[in-house]
Amino acid sequence: MTMLGRLIDGVSVRVLILLGVLAVALLIAPLIAGDYLLTVLILILYFAYIGQAWNIMMGFAGQLSLGHALYVGLGAYTAAALYVHFGIGPWLGLLVAVPVAALAGAFIGFLAFRFKVGGVYFAILTIAVCEFARVGFDHLAWTRGSSGLFLPVSQYSGNDLWHLRGRPVMFYYILLAATALAFVGCRALLQSRIGYFWRAIREDEEAARSTGIDTFHYKMIAVVISASMTSFAGVIYAFYYNNLFPEQVFHISRSIEIILGPIVGGVGTLFGPILGAFVLTGLAEILNNVLAALGIDLPGAKQVFYGICLLFVIMALPDGVWPWLARRMGLSERSK
Amino acid sequence: MSTLLKVEGISKRFRGLLAVDRLSFEVPKGAIFAVIGPNGAGKTTLFNMIAGVYTPDGGTITFRGERIEGLTPDKVCRRGIGRTYQIVRPFPALSVEDNVIVGALLHRNGVVDARAHALDVLRRLDLYDKRAQLASSLTLPDRKRLEVARALATDPKLLLLDEVMAGLRPTETDRIVAILRELNRETGLTIVLIEHVMRAVMALAGQILVLNHGKPIAQGEPQAVVHDKAVIDSYLGAEALS
Repeated sequence: MTMLGRLIDGVSVRVLILLGVLAVALLIAPLIAGDYLLTVLILILYFAYIGQAWNIMMGFAGQLSLGHALYVGLGAYTAAALYVHFGIGPWLGLLVAVPVAALAGAFIGFLAFRFKVGGVYFAILTIAVCEFARVGFDHLAWTRGSSGLFLPVSQYSGNDLWHLRGRPVMFYYILLAATALAFVGCRALLQSRIGYFWRAIREDEEAARSTGIDTFHYKMIAVVISASMTSFAGVIYAFYYNNLFPEQVFHISRSIEIILGPIVGGVGTLFGPILGAFVLTGLAEILNNVLAALGIDLPGAKQVFYGICLLFVIMALPDGVWPWLARRMGLSERSK
Repeated sequence: MSTLLKVEGISKRFRGLLAVDRLSFEVPKGAIFAVIGPNGAGKTTLFNMIAGVYTPDGGTITFRGERIEGLTPDKVCRRGIGRTYQIVRPFPALSVEDNVIVGALLHRNGVVDARAHALDVLRRLDLYDKRAQLASSLTLPDRKRLEVARALATDPKLLLLDEVMAGLRPTETDRIVAILRELNRETGLTIVLIEHVMRAVMALAGQILVLNHGKPIAQGEPQAVVHDKAVIDSYLGAEALS
């Protein structure tokens, strides 16, 4: 079978049509959407992409990370600092940023998996390292500490893809490509030997070991892939927002934001992170607009809204929105 | 017949309790070997030491001429020992087929090859028709056979079965007995089983080892063992002979 054949093997026609429609809609969206809507879509794609990366660890391999902001921040800071200090562009910066994040992931993974730190204790360890980074970067002079690292900005007439200097529409297409690649890549991973071993570990680690799986090795792979993918989003974040503050980038609420999408959409599913990002970010923006239109000023309304969404999903659709929606639409994505 | 598994003087202590006490025995290649004994006799502890879950406090375990005591469970499995659990632990959210594919992937790199092998194993264990179901939706007898299938898919030379008949009705027991006997005859698979269901033990085993308080109290041919006075006193009870 060809690569493509294997990828779409077992996928129903309906799912392929849905994917096609979604792809076309997202491709032409910037032509129709105004400036504001475009920034919302960028945010949605950003969370869809990171959600997919986080899902590799939690949804596939069963390892709960509550500190994914660490990898975003390391990617963002590494690439931004290289750009500010040495004029090294983001794509070359990736060659440093990704290994830095991967190393951080490997460090956490090694500590946890070598010394059998599992479950909630693993989650706490991920928070701890992220907090450590937040405090550390607050005092790191090279990245301007707590006063923030700023990328030079000017009015752009064109889009410089090589230096990621340009208008939002460029970032939109980069994130769209990244999300699409992540989706296809995750599907390929799930269907591979690694994917089977991950799911076995997720389901029952001891039984997986007695089936001959070197669980340490495969959990390490999951963390390193997830961290690397996430750091790419960090690089884009840095060049999109042009400013980085440790208090914002590494804050625990950032880590939580990352995981809400996949949880609402459906942990362990391929569509879950994408759907979750649309639902959460989309509805939150609608809420903001409604409140603004009504002249109500409610700081923190978004957080309350996220809380309500999460509560609703946990109570009504504990597997997430996607498995339910898939059943309703007659699309049977088996819980792969 | 050559020796496949050789256990020499292994012991395991849990705080004050000596669960297995300087136990020695040999399992010849191609044999079906049963370990019986009352609850708490140390049977599962013995399995866990062979399978690498516990490191023995002393003694050696030799498998195919190589020492394996103290290896991790995944390494033991890769050497060719498959095991099932007393309390079944299939991968619940995976389909029956995917459960077995996980095992089949141990010695196969391609998922396509692994799936073909998994389907063969499922046919052998009478689970082929249920291959698309989630493991969590299976009945207990089916889950027990699924565990055997997953272990079998790793191409073991030795299969450790921890009470696969427990909780099954007699007809289901006979079904598993028939499957295991066929496997042993056709593929030469060596089987060590822990079992309380004497109906199955008598039908399958060529050799029986009886444990009590971590020590062997009898070993030998089934007929001789069940008539052994020490075995009757400590485990089977006089009515077993009637």
